[in-house]
Amino acid sequence: MDIGVVELSRLQFAMTALYHFLFVPLTLGLSILVAIMETVYVMTNRPIWRQMTKFWGLLFGINFAMGVATGVVMEFQFGMNWSYYSHYVGDIFGAPLAIEGLMAFFLEATFVGLWFFGWDRLSKPAHLLVAWLVALGSNFSALWILIANAWMQNPVGAEFNPLTMRMEMTSFFDVMFNTVAQAKFVHTVSAGYVTAAIFVLGVSSWYILNGRHIALARRSIAVASSFGLAAALSVVVLGDESGYDAGLNQKMKLAAIEAMWETEPAPASFTLFGLPDQEARETKWAVHVPYVMGLIGTRSLTEEIPGINQLEQQAERRVRSGLVAYDALMTIREDREATDPEIRQTFEKHSDDLGYAMLLRRYLDDPRQATDEQIAQAAEDTIPHVWPIFWAFRIMVGLGFMFIALTAYFFYRSSFRGGVFPRWALGAAVLMIPAPWIAVEMGWIVAEYGRQPWTVDGILPTALSVSALSVTELLLTIAGFAAFYTTLFLIEIRLLLKYIRKGPHEDVQLTDDWQARHRARLTPAE
Amino acid sequence: MILHELISFEYLRLIWWLLLGVLLIGFALTDGFDMGVGILLPFVAKTDVERRVVINTVGPVWEGNQVWFILGGGAIFAAFPPLYAVSFSGFYLAMFAILSALIIRPVAFKFRSKREDATWRSRWDKALFYSGFVPALIFGVAVGNVLLGVPFHLTPDLHAIYEGGAFGKLFGLLRPFALLCGIVSVAMLVMHGAGWLVLKTDGGIAQRARKLGSRAALVVMAGYALAGMWLAVGIDGYSLVGQVPHDGPSNPLASQVLREGSWLLAYLERPWIAIAPAMGFVGSFMAWRALQGEGQFSPLGWSKMALFGLISSVGLTIFPFLLPSKSQPDSSLTIWDASSSHLTLFVMLGATVIFLPLILLYTAWVYRVLWGKVTQKDVSDPDHHAY
Ligand code: HDD
Ligand code: HEM
Ligand code: HEM
Repeated sequence: MDIGVVELSRLQFAMTALYHFLFVPLTLGLSILVAIMETVYVMTNRPIWRQMTKFWGLLFGINFAMGVATGVVMEFQFGMNWSYYSHYVGDIFGAPLAIEGLMAFFLEATFVGLWFFGWDRLSKPAHLLVAWLVALGSNFSALWILIANAWMQNPVGAEFNPLTMRMEMTSFFDVMFNTVAQAKFVHTVSAGYVTAAIFVLGVSSWYILNGRHIALARRSIAVASSFGLAAALSVVVLGDESGYDAGLNQKMKLAAIEAMWETEPAPASFTLFGLPDQEARETKWAVHVPYVMGLIGTRSLTEEIPGINQLEQQAERRVRSGLVAYDALMTIREDREATDPEIRQTFEKHSDDLGYAMLLRRYLDDPRQATDEQIAQAAEDTIPHVWPIFWAFRIMVGLGFMFIALTAYFFYRSSFRGGVFPRWALGAAVLMIPAPWIAVEMGWIVAEYGRQPWTVDGILPTALSVSALSVTELLLTIAGFAAFYTTLFLIEIRLLLKYIRKGPHEDVQLTDDWQARHRARLTPAE
Repeated sequence: MILHELISFEYLRLIWWLLLGVLLIGFALTDGFDMGVGILLPFVAKTDVERRVVINTVGPVWEGNQVWFILGGGAIFAAFPPLYAVSFSGFYLAMFAILSALIIRPVAFKFRSKREDATWRSRWDKALFYSGFVPALIFGVAVGNVLLGVPFHLTPDLHAIYEGGAFGKLFGLLRPFALLCGIVSVAMLVMHGAGWLVLKTDGGIAQRARKLGSRAALVVMAGYALAGMWLAVGIDGYSLVGQVPHDGPSNPLASQVLREGSWLLAYLERPWIAIAPAMGFVGSFMAWRALQGEGQFSPLGWSKMALFGLISSVGLTIFPFLLPSKSQPDSSLTIWDASSSHLTLFVMLGATVIFLPLILLYTAWVYRVLWGKVTQKDVSDPDHHAY
């Protein structure tokens, strides 16, 4: 096993996924905000709402194109760089990915073109329907990809089949209704809504600060702040739900988030601040808040949350048990159907720990020859890098509370103070524009980096999941993606800025003309 | 759950093989003309307005069309995971080239007309050409390599291992027969794209599209015939040894495969499959005539028939193989030993039965709404949202 290939494959996946997720949250939220604005337009028939719809729709379109361009890359990453992973869990993982295409991508991609090109060809309600179908498609796509991702965090409804040497689905129902998937879906989609709300809020504030497009900006703030407040509350409440689910099935991740080296007597405290030191296995300068972690992690005051050192000991026991399963599996592989039933029984009894034995494949080809040191090393490998996870989590959570404060304040001013905003608040909203992106990227780092060393938690180690590629191939593609992505990023930002600076097309006459033309065109000529 | 036992494993594997064909053909029929239009763009449109007309004929639909490709990838992953695992990592750098085209395509459409600058626009026009030409060529070359056999083998743990380093793998793809397939594939999409332009445009653009499209149709016929003869005399086929259970576990190493004889023996065993190449020839021939202005049907209809025949002929010829292995024939993937489990195939079939008809319905509705030619007036209307 070439560790260079493993590290570079991880780098490439992290790079392309984090990049894809720069565009995803804005699509998720802006598609809905635009549909809401168009709904108001169709209901009130007021030109300004059409201009708002078109303006934010234009920015949506520029972002959407980048979302598609980077999403297609993700679809093929698994086969290109994670060949063994694709073989090993494709039976389960492929299904939600394909359903995502059937149910979501076709919907959003087919109607997004019609939305832009259909203004003159559709009646107003039909055009509005198209807007909602695009939003629906985007949100369905998040649902299915997150079901797939949640399965990697909490692999339910599947078992290993020795005849095919891979995991196979035993219950689609369990995969679909995975509790982790539900928490993840609501949390991630709400995070997208927050992102779009803060974006609209920030850009509109910039207009007001510059004394331009006041009417349009005020209305946009009214929509974005109410939508954003609801979403920000949902992110935080349901972020807590994610923490709870991590506590149930990924205890090591939870311990890393908390940098909790030793099991604490219940209820555990929450470390507000600290400097985790992996070598010494302690957290320096820690500032604790009593009870909070116990509540997030277990929803009780009496249950213990295990610490990293205890989980490592448990992992060592599982490696040893996994070796029994591995030994039996090798016999089954040789004899296929003709295997002694006793060996089969042994395998079934230990098969839950098979993945732990495979951690040893990083050090030697046949795990059965492993020394005690190697087994101890494999157990230690189950501890992820603590400090990035610890800090990423705190940045995300801290920003979450800031989003609540910001959206709540704007909601209050626009609902009860006649839409008049002090300059400092407008300035703060402009400064906050990048913050949601930082929060979502931190969130994914907690979720994905915190899952290491596993690709599929407890089942398939990352080091084993890769394709048989050469370092040259990986370096070439990483350089290629980096070049393409950097260039496109610069172009995209310049275009967005250009259109934001140019501002909406606020011509009442134009909309009136359009309405007349539109009516004439859609009434059948007698 | 025993619901999935309603349909036998053998039938499900067969159905999924057919559905994979449907998706790939759906991709060629829809996104195929977008790519063809991209390749034709620099040659059929001279002025900026003409270029915008050409781009706007596919502007509203290419995005939906491209999903056929994405879904093709997803469906291979879900229904034949070993095929997904082995092929995309085996064709690694070639896949990267395709992805590079698909990365710049959406942006090229979206960004091209967002600035007036002529250099800016001509750069994106080149990008649109690249993003049609490169995938068309590589898909053809990949099909050629499948027919020739791919240099990989599987370990007992089912890790896929390939021969050759980074560049060996890439340049190893460029065998003469595979290049011929690549040319046929490009010509096929050019013919199809020309058919689309004849339907959606008028005047100079349509005229030039007719000329280039009919030349492409000739290349398709000649190239396809040549490839057929090559297969008959110069290329070994593959066959399964003995009776392979059609409902056995999906382990490619369980079956034995011989590399001998010819792929074309399939036409002796199952003579009815000759329909496919026949459709390919008749379709291309009629498209050629229609592009020259003869006959009363539109060239697009005939080129659809041609694409259907040409693509399905490959699948029918190598059946039941999906990806034959040159280095170790026993590692070859077939539909009987490289599929998902019985349950997964059943669940996915359920999803397809629900969603595919819906997709076809709303796609048809969208095409109907957008029916009609794109004119110079359309693209100069500022409120029209044209690209
Ligand atoms: C939570 C949401 C989410 C997440 C985690 C991902 N995506 Fe995504 N993806 C979307 C949400 C989304 C979207 C909102 O639907 C996009 C983004 C912008 C867009 O245009 O559609 C999209 C676009 C998009 C496309 C293009 C679809 C089209 O043509 O319309 C593909 C093929 C993928 N994605 C595939 C993936 C894969 C394989 C992922 C796993 C690594 C992934 N996405 C993560
Ligand atoms: C789009 C948002 C996502 C982001 C930002 C993201 C982020 C990351 C990061 C940072 C890594 C690297 C971890 C490491 O150091 O190894 C990673 C790895 C990985 N993620 Fe994600 N992820 C995203 C979505 C997904 C989804 C939806 C899936 C599955 C459907 C997924 C599957 C994987 C896989 C297979 C790896 C590589 C193996 C590994 O290192 O564990 N990711 N991702
Ligand atoms: C109090 C506030 C928050 C808490 C307690 C919280 C909690 C969590 C936890 C525990 C995870 C990891 C889930 C896993 O390991 O599978 C996570 C992931 C994530 N978070 Fe947060 N979060 C909060 C706020 C936010 C905010 C404000 C955003 C963005 C606007 C955000 C975006 C994300 C994203 C995109 C992910 C990755 C997807 C996922 O795993 O759900 N979170 N969050």
